[in-house]
Amino acid sequence: MPVEDATISPHPASSAPGSAAPLAIQVEDLHKSFRIPTHRVDSLKERAVRPFSSRDYRQLHALDGVSFEVRQGEFFGIVGRNGSGKSTLLKLLASIYRADAGTIRMAGRLAPFIELGVGFNHDLTARENVVLNGVMMGLTPKEMRRRLDAVIEFAELGEFADLKLKNYSSGMLVRLAFSVMMEADADVLLIDEVLAVGDASFQQKCADAFHDMKAAGKTIVLVTHEMATVETYCHRAMLISDGQIQHIGDPGEVGREYLRLNFEGRGTHAKTTSATDDLRLLDAWLERPGGERAKNFESGEEIAVVAEVEMLVGSPAVHIGFTLVNEDGVGVFQFSTVTEESAGPLLPGNRVRVVNRIENLLTPGHYFLHFGAKRAPDARALVLHVERALDFLVFGDGHSQGFVRLPRTTDVSIEGGGAP
Amino acid sequence: MSATPATAAPPQLREVRGPSALGGGPRRFFDLLWLMSVTEFKRVYFGTVLGYLWSLIRPLALFGVLLFVFTQVFKVGSNLPHYPVLLLMGVVLFTFFQESTTVAVTSVVSQEGVVRKTQFPRLVIPLATVLTGMMNLGLNLIVVFVFLFAFGVDPALTWLLFPFCLTLLAVLTAAVGMALSVLYVRFRDVAIIWAVASQILFYGTPVLYPLGPNGIENESIERMVMINPLAVIFEQVRVWMVEPAAPTAVDAAGGWLGLLPAAVIFLAVCAFGVWIFNREAPRIAEDL
Repeated sequence: MPVEDATISPHPASSAPGSAAPLAIQVEDLHKSFRIPTHRVDSLKERAVRPFSSRDYRQLHALDGVSFEVRQGEFFGIVGRNGSGKSTLLKLLASIYRADAGTIRMAGRLAPFIELGVGFNHDLTARENVVLNGVMMGLTPKEMRRRLDAVIEFAELGEFADLKLKNYSSGMLVRLAFSVMMEADADVLLIDEVLAVGDASFQQKCADAFHDMKAAGKTIVLVTHEMATVETYCHRAMLISDGQIQHIGDPGEVGREYLRLNFEGRGTHAKTTSATDDLRLLDAWLERPGGERAKNFESGEEIAVVAEVEMLVGSPAVHIGFTLVNEDGVGVFQFSTVTEESAGPLLPGNRVRVVNRIENLLTPGHYFLHFGAKRAPDARALVLHVERALDFLVFGDGHSQGFVRLPRTTDVSIEGGGAP
Repeated sequence: MSATPATAAPPQLREVRGPSALGGGPRRFFDLLWLMSVTEFKRVYFGTVLGYLWSLIRPLALFGVLLFVFTQVFKVGSNLPHYPVLLLMGVVLFTFFQESTTVAVTSVVSQEGVVRKTQFPRLVIPLATVLTGMMNLGLNLIVVFVFLFAFGVDPALTWLLFPFCLTLLAVLTAAVGMALSVLYVRFRDVAIIWAVASQILFYGTPVLYPLGPNGIENESIERMVMINPLAVIFEQVRVWMVEPAAPTAVDAAGGWLGLLPAAVIFLAVCAFGVWIFNREAPRIAEDL
């Protein structure tokens, strides 16, 4: 059978609620900071020994004056890079954190779906957890028991309903959590990165459920860093960076802002401080096939990774490598080059340029390159390591599941069946 | 509170103030409290082979050992006709206090997954552990009553005052549980400290040694013990339930004034429990 790309088929976007629609969420000048202790006082003994050490902390301003409004029936996207404050905002909306200043007003009952879950007790069975969660979201136990079967059915967990959750796989947990949220029949849904999980058929089911909720006039706030999801579903979107709103409005515009922010956020060149006593990384960059420096590459386009190193001491040879990692820090691919020893030993002051050309089989996403250099042949000692020396985006159509798109060939044959 | 029908008027904006100890309406609070307690009770007793018997075996085993030691080895209780019943009553009540508070210490932290992802009145967690403890206590008290009748204790009108004593004990247990559960979020050595402290409290409560005639007969020790609110409750249970002739809490404390320290401690513990839990509740999710 042919393997088709699993894509979520978008439904035709229902029209955005007009500006006359009543507000569902109103946020005014929201501030939230966390105290990050440099020396965490975790025991009474430490508190007694160093009574004033609790002042050893720095303030992290996760949100710094955020104001926005969401109308009833709106599908609202919140995007931002890791650490931008979007998860903090979601937790404030969900009443899990308390704001330092500012107000949040919300209309109706809320169902949160945070960090891939709705808060389960893993020692209890699915049934017990579903009822507990329903009550936490404001339903009565009776009401939730009535909906129990629907939840279990939607999650496709019929035979596992009496199994303790600690025996569930992560996929089963997410399905259960999503189903609880759906069946809680809340007025406002807060969703954090749900479409990234589950298999294709469950994703399709979620997409259908989203569509139904959208049609039913539910208010949905979706936090994600997947721009495709935002553009597919959201009426409006908001980009936050460093705890402040960068842009709010049309999802397409927000998407472009987000990409731009990703380019500018980190320096386009390697850090200048990347030197040791042995050698110095002068420069590192990425090139398109024409030799043009770039930070974003289309799927399938060749990428040239260039590094220039200056030797500060003599060495028979030098070993230069890169590790390619994805956004979550998972290693995807590693490559390295050793200079030819036959060309004679390297002298202080020599400049070495290494160009690696890679066929870009990566799935769309944000990637980083760690730089590493060792003296050869005694390559044991790592003389220079630069974390995230380079970063780039891969864009393209289709799905961003998995790490790479391996080349494949497809044969389809159909047998049997009567002649027409 | 039912689901909003589609035809209802759009819900009005209300301010969201973040997590708190209470909040979210009394109906939801009690629904959740009851549900969590019952679920926990079922989990403990239906998940094991012997089920409820385990809840009984622990106090009964302790009771058996203590009965042997204090009637055969030390002869403390052999002069009192109802010593075994008194001992059982004391052990059962203290087990409730000790187990509930010990479970409460880690209760909030062990529910981390729920606390970090859902908004609900945080106070439900420690109170649910106390309520689960009360369900156990209820079952264990059936055994105590069987012993009461077996040892020929006559039912008295003062038995009607037993619920009053139980209420005081439950309130104290809840207050201690609230304080411990929320302190443990920030200071993990609370668990160790409480293990030792509750052991000390056991000896500071007249469970093993009866006060008054044929008991320890030491006035200064008796007055000292009566500083402990638990001791006051336990002694009064003894008088009202088992031995009407035993010294009342007032007698043992040497007059009403002698009960003042215990009353102050009781109120202070309750106030501290409420205050500290209320203060810390909004930040539990961040501190975990």
